[in-house]
Amino acid sequence: MELVRNLMVILFTGILTENFILNKFYGICPFLGVSKTTGGAVGMGLAVTAVMVGASAVTYPIYHYVLVPLHIEYLKTICFILVIAAFVQTIEMVMKKHIPPLYKTLGVYLPLITTNCAVLGVTIINIDSGYSFIEALMNAFSGGIGFLLVMLIFSGVRERISSCDVPKALEGTPITLIAASLTSLSFVGFSGIVDGIFGG
Amino acid sequence: MSYMKEFTKGLIKENPNLVMLLGMCPTLAVTTMASNGLGMGLATTFVLVCSNLVISLLKKVIPDTVRLPCFIVIIAGFVTFVSIMLDSFLPDLAESLGVFLSLITVNCIILGRAEMFACKNKVLPSILDGLGMGLGFTGSLIVVGAIRELLGTGKIFGFNVAPDFIEPMTIFILPAGGFFTLGCVIAILGVITRKKPKKPDCAACPVRESCNKTESREVT
Repeated sequence: MELVRNLMVILFTGILTENFILNKFYGICPFLGVSKTTGGAVGMGLAVTAVMVGASAVTYPIYHYVLVPLHIEYLKTICFILVIAAFVQTIEMVMKKHIPPLYKTLGVYLPLITTNCAVLGVTIINIDSGYSFIEALMNAFSGGIGFLLVMLIFSGVRERISSCDVPKALEGTPITLIAASLTSLSFVGFSGIVDGIFGG
Repeated sequence: MSYMKEFTKGLIKENPNLVMLLGMCPTLAVTTMASNGLGMGLATTFVLVCSNLVISLLKKVIPDTVRLPCFIVIIAGFVTFVSIMLDSFLPDLAESLGVFLSLITVNCIILGRAEMFACKNKVLPSILDGLGMGLGFTGSLIVVGAIRELLGTGKIFGFNVAPDFIEPMTIFILPAGGFFTLGCVIAILGVITRKKPKKPDCAACPVRESCNKTESREVT
């Protein structure tokens, strides 16, 4: 029961109160770049979720069974970024060969993800927070779903902005950032909800 | 004289952060205090100068097809060096920057400059380019950080400057205030330089080819 409760806390915290984009600022580049249309936002969100869970599953054992026994924990940044790059390449190739329909939908987003700080960020956080393997996977999953949710909400906001009369100085990125600020503010409303449900 | 130009272009005209819109994540995340912005900016500058130096030296050795992984390894090496140094000499700063210290590795400014400049130019211009871009980034971090710290807590660099009767607006040190301040700073810089704020500068982005594919897919 304790484990289930922990997992639920991680899930809701990752999606609502500690959202990856709006609270922790991971993956702002794809957030600003690919959220112009709903289709693009969902595709990017799904690809990020998949890669984050996969990368966590790969880097966690590498850290605990290779880096720790050899006492080279300080190499984790170098090691993780290489693993992530190789991992993304591999799933891209496997997908292209074996699941072409999925590749057509998500494949174009994959190369963008290697340099997405959300992926490297989540693998390092998993290690730094001392999560167990299951908790690490849940953390990556909740971060990814939170990412997807905000991308989806924000693509709607941006479609609305694109039909608005924006002051000339604010056109383009500034108005997008201000809209992101308001979206972030609305997520502040969730603070305390996790403690409220699960009793702190 | 052209060396001077390589250095100064990064400061305002091609400011990596406010004009080219690269490396937004650390700009938003660490700027709750001006001093954090300064620390993050200088750490990034150091990595940028060193990686530009090494990459411009190795540009003939690195094969074209695997250049991105090579650049990333070089960058990650310097990032590890910086984070070990900060951990031992400035532990407070290292703690407040947290995971974003490691995330300098995936800062698009550094990879972008490696791809756009260092792998095509000689050593000295590359160092100057890295120094200019890094200081431009530092400058924008300090500006955003100072605005947020002043409005959010009434302090700048930890010193009380606002009179007591002005209530600090806590919202500015919340994430929402970060987005808002950065948006305003970019807009103001656009008005001052009389240039329309650009879209993210794709020419500088290492993954632009796949991104273009994404864009064209969205249109169809």
